[in-house]
Amino acid sequence: MNINLTLFSQALSFAILIWFTVKFVWPPLLAAIESRQKTIADGLAAGERGRHDLEMAAKRSADIIREAKEKAAEILAGGDKRASEIIEAAKAQAKVEGERIIAGAKAEIEQEVFSAKEQLRTQVSAIALAGAGKILGREIDAKAHNDLLEKLVAEI
Amino acid sequence: MSTEHELTPSSYIEHHLSFNVRQVAEGGFWSVNFDTLAVSALLGLIIFGFLWWVVRGATAGVPGKRQAFVELLVEFVDDQVKGIFHGDRHKFVAPAALTVFVWVFAMNAMDFLPIDIMAWVYHHIFGQERFRAVPTSDINATFALALSVWLLMIFFSVKVKGLRGWLHELFCSPFGKHPLVWPANFLLNLVEYVSKPLSHSLRLFGNLYAGEIIFLLLGMWAATGLAGTIFGALLSGGWAIFHILIVTLQAYIFMMLTVVYIAMAHESH
Repeated sequence: MNINLTLFSQALSFAILIWFTVKFVWPPLLAAIESRQKTIADGLAAGERGRHDLEMAAKRSADIIREAKEKAAEILAGGDKRASEIIEAAKAQAKVEGERIIAGAKAEIEQEVFSAKEQLRTQVSAIALAGAGKILGREIDAKAHNDLLEKLVAEI
Repeated sequence: MSTEHELTPSSYIEHHLSFNVRQVAEGGFWSVNFDTLAVSALLGLIIFGFLWWVVRGATAGVPGKRQAFVELLVEFVDDQVKGIFHGDRHKFVAPAALTVFVWVFAMNAMDFLPIDIMAWVYHHIFGQERFRAVPTSDINATFALALSVWLLMIFFSVKVKGLRGWLHELFCSPFGKHPLVWPANFLLNLVEYVSKPLSHSLRLFGNLYAGEIIFLLLGMWAATGLAGTIFGALLSGGWAIFHILIVTLQAYIFMMLTVVYIAMAHESH
């Protein structure tokens, strides 16, 4: 158990081993570990960013859906308005048309009445003539009384 | 084990606790414990060769099991250093701590080798009469590590604070700047500087040496017959399992103290 030269030889090997570890073992392994740590950190950051993006996208899609709903409601409201407008216009037109038809019918009726009167007038003269003939018991000379008859017809 | 002498408990223990000493030159100091050096150097080569091999193929992508294991080790050490040392630990302190931890752990782990079987192997295969496989139960080895750390401590102290700053601290802390307390300051710092490497190395040495001796004592049950042998083997197994804790813990403590000492050198009072 006495101290001898072993001490120095051992110290020398210790120094060599420390030098070797400092120079060749530690740095490459540390570099590998650190670069892996960086990769993992980057991956985590990317995942976080992805999550964030997803949230944003969900928000945006909700916005778009809301906007679309609003627009659809607007369009529906517009359509309703337009429909009622069209109905109103149609109503007004129908009224005008109806009035026109009524007016036409009235004129036609008047004309019918007039022609009926005319016809009646001519027939009245014939009836009157026939009646008068019967009354007089003899043939009335139509020609002779034509002037008189025509005057009668004109009076009716 | 070898049996050219009569086998007594003391000769058994003495045989197992003798170093394989090679004389380099004249004088008591000029000899080396060949076993300590060979085992520690071999372990260093194997372990740091392994680390180097793994690290050379290290990828920043998905690591293989081997790389993941080494990374676990590195991150464990790095975590410990981070809590103690404030500064650029990657430049020196953390890799040095890894070296200390791994190497001391490996040297401690030699204690798990079954002593008598290994003695046979050393004797009949390598032709070594005496061979101790646990370098950290050699005071030379632990003291070499502690002394290296001690030198690093002084080196960093001077490097960070400058020679003036270091001398100033030596004389002016912890009691104050007054010239009257200089001797007290210096004495206290001296005691601290002496006690650090001593406690650092003796703690490791003591634990491993005691562990080895207990294995030897349990091994002696084999002298009492078959039942004793089985009983001793069971006890040895239990002690080996408990020893896993000691081996790891002592390596960890040695590393932590190394880091603490170097970190303290970086901080000025």
